[in-house]
Amino acid sequence: MTQPASPARPVTEKSPPADGAPSPWRSLLARVDVRTLSLLGVLAVLVVIGGVTEPDAFLDTDNLQLILTQASVIGVVTVGMTFVIISGGIDLSVGAIVALASVWATTVATQEYGFAGILFTAVVVGLGCGLVNGLLIAYGGMVPFIATLAMLASGRGLALEITDGKTQMVTVDGVLKLGERDSYVLGIPPLVLVLAAVTVVGWLLLNRTTFGRRSVAVGGNAEAARLAGIDVRRQRLYLYLLSGLCCGIAAFLLIILSGSGQNTNGNLYELDAIAAAIIGGTLLSGGRGTITGSVLGVLIFTTITNIFALNNLETAVQQIAKGAIIVAAVLVQRRTATA
Amino acid sequence: MAPEPPLLTMSGITKSFPGVRALDGVDLHVQAGEVHCLLGQNGAGKSTLIKVLAGAHQPDGGTIAWRGDKVTLRSPIAAMRLGIATIYQELDLVEGLSVAENVFLGHEPTTAGFMVRGRAARTATGALLKRLGHGEIDPARLVGDLSAAQQQIVSMARALSHEVRLIVMDEPSAALDPDEVDNLFRIVADLTADGVAVVHISHRLEEIRRIGDRVTVLKDGRAVAVGLPADSTPTREVIALMTGRNVEYVFPERAEPAATPSGAGPSDAGPSGAGPSGAGLSGAGLSGAGPADVAPPVQPVPPVLAVQGLARDGEFEPLDLELRPGEIVGLAGLVGSGRSEILETIFGARKPTRGRVSLDGRVLRPGSVRAAVRAGIGLAPEERKAQALLMLESVTRNVSVSSLSRFSYGGWVDRGKELRAAREATRELSLRPDNPAVPVRTLSGGNQQKAVLARWLLRGCRVLLLDEPTRGVDVGARAELYTVIRRLADEGLAVLLVSSEVPEVLGLADRVLVLREGRVVHTAPARDLDEHRVLDLVLASAKDGPDGPDLIEGPRGPATTEGGPAS
Repeated sequence: MTQPASPARPVTEKSPPADGAPSPWRSLLARVDVRTLSLLGVLAVLVVIGGVTEPDAFLDTDNLQLILTQASVIGVVTVGMTFVIISGGIDLSVGAIVALASVWATTVATQEYGFAGILFTAVVVGLGCGLVNGLLIAYGGMVPFIATLAMLASGRGLALEITDGKTQMVTVDGVLKLGERDSYVLGIPPLVLVLAAVTVVGWLLLNRTTFGRRSVAVGGNAEAARLAGIDVRRQRLYLYLLSGLCCGIAAFLLIILSGSGQNTNGNLYELDAIAAAIIGGTLLSGGRGTITGSVLGVLIFTTITNIFALNNLETAVQQIAKGAIIVAAVLVQRRTATA
Repeated sequence: MAPEPPLLTMSGITKSFPGVRALDGVDLHVQAGEVHCLLGQNGAGKSTLIKVLAGAHQPDGGTIAWRGDKVTLRSPIAAMRLGIATIYQELDLVEGLSVAENVFLGHEPTTAGFMVRGRAARTATGALLKRLGHGEIDPARLVGDLSAAQQQIVSMARALSHEVRLIVMDEPSAALDPDEVDNLFRIVADLTADGVAVVHISHRLEEIRRIGDRVTVLKDGRAVAVGLPADSTPTREVIALMTGRNVEYVFPERAEPAATPSGAGPSDAGPSGAGPSGAGLSGAGLSGAGPADVAPPVQPVPPVLAVQGLARDGEFEPLDLELRPGEIVGLAGLVGSGRSEILETIFGARKPTRGRVSLDGRVLRPGSVRAAVRAGIGLAPEERKAQALLMLESVTRNVSVSSLSRFSYGGWVDRGKELRAAREATRELSLRPDNPAVPVRTLSGGNQQKAVLARWLLRGCRVLLLDEPTRGVDVGARAELYTVIRRLADEGLAVLLVSSEVPEVLGLADRVLVLREGRVVHTAPARDLDEHRVLDLVLASAKDGPDGPDLIEGPRGPATTEGGPAS
């Protein structure tokens, strides 16, 4: 009737187990996963379409360079956004931060400090906005959607206040020079170089550092992360700071590209960045995402825009195509996730 | 004997989940107008059975007859159409909707098929509430603004808003005050007088005496008694039915705390002997753990964890507890007795109202998980998937997440070192498969639990808090987990164990604290307790006092519970 009290002790010693270490080849294959391959495939198809419809214009070196240059600004923003989404958050204020940083860095007063002054201001304004977002979300307990929506509204408002709606032309030679068509650093257009650098740093940060691990843990299961001893709030603060930093860098790139600062800069960047991250395979609920996927997502969108422009199709059609691609990408991902 | 067929006849119901046979041929017969009580320990299959009855689970085998006709309950709606309403323990109300909207959710009175007739719904709801003796609840109020007891009433009203013949109530009194329980039972009496049958699930034996007509007892997925008379069956017999076991639990033999591998000397049994790192220690610990025939009341080893006057208002009363290296202390009690809350408060996941927790004499910052982890406390929480695991990640990353700083230099993770450490920790616990690169979600429940243990092992923790360590773990894998837990203790860890399964606490722990309604009602060495005694203490209502009612003549001899090392 009562419980059996057997003194028998199961022996759990096992014979030498098979080594579970993945071979170098397998880990290399695992690294280039199906999702990255399929994104590359989509990009390849787009290049073929562009090459077929406008063979001369599209495959021109200048045009390919233009695509990469255009992708650089939103690409940098998307890297920051990817981190935030992986951690289970969202940053709707990226476009507004880009606008605010770009106009603050191009005021007459700032431009007196030259190249460094513009760069410094853009980065500090970005970090400042990220700090406010992070504090409100991590320590103020606000929902990321609301906190960054508020930042979107007030950031845009402040940008309008600073410029009074006027375009602020850049007069600093060093900045203007970087924006010229034929300017190269190490043989690469400077903006593309920045995108490449941010991508590499972002990838390392996500995959090789404790910061990356903790971001994924917080996004995957915030309660488990907390009970594992991770300072979840501080991690969230850092993540929005990172997103703000990326916006500051992007604002500087935009100043180089356009030779000016405008309060309408970065319009709808938040949606483009979120869309790129999503088609790149980042889970909107957090816990999973890749930097390479997000950057490929940006390149896909930029290429589409370019092809449509070359074929003189309306922006309306462009938008519809973008929407369709988002839906298709998510449906495909859901299919592969359940399979 | 009744000329008309019984209202409900379930026979031979079986239902399996991966790794678990939840129902193994259960019969349940319910007559119209009776209160039929369903009894059983946690995990006996009560919840599964009522989910089958509610149409939420499809049985693998067996038949269900409703008023003499065979039926298939394909969905909750199908069950509801027959007149079966279920009130779950976790109230399933929408807090942002009004009382009336909740009551008629899914079957709103409408005009032209889609315009909700709000006033009609409110009037009907008002009438239902009045019938339930709670006319004071305004049907237009938001459910989120109501008390737990009032929400319970709304759930009842919702059940009655259908043409109902059978109401299933899963522990309806758990959240209620005595007055409210009285009201609930009055309602139940009214309903049964109208011919409605009630299936009542409760842990409180005295409630069954009060309102029950007949009792069905479940144990390990089988009905061990069907339709016993509620008022004439001795409580003792009921408890015996609930506890008599078929499942064999194999527990590792326990070492006396003094026999920890580091020896009995008070000075060297401290932190040095507490490190769980050396795998070689385990063998020595096991072989050295011969049955000591005396249990000295005072251990020379100083406690590693000391809890003094720790309390949280509304959850548990001031608690004093000391844990020594090598010791496993068990907390026995029902769900809601404050067990998990105590563990989480010690761990800093909840902030105590008062009292303190100290490790090696150093007081920890209250309400800080990070302080607890840094000091060397680890928690394997009850809800493994929700509270412990990163389900999208590999075993390695799940194991290393609490010790990342050990594998990183300036934030840079040395993944080779991480993998080696994770493999070492998981191998020490014989985690299967022996490949820490696999996603943790592909592991069985027992191996997922091992991954959580490996996390704390790797962290080098000295106190392990285990909340329902074998929940969702199939029977075969349990024995292995028990061995692992005992071995960790033998290696010098102090373990605080919470389990709903009394045999588990008794078989694994050295010392047991019995909890009832947030209060420790009894403390004793596990060998001096048996399952009947603990269930007595746990199930007795508060008025019976700490010694429990005289259901059993006296405590059984230790030999019946502890066959091994007893003197």
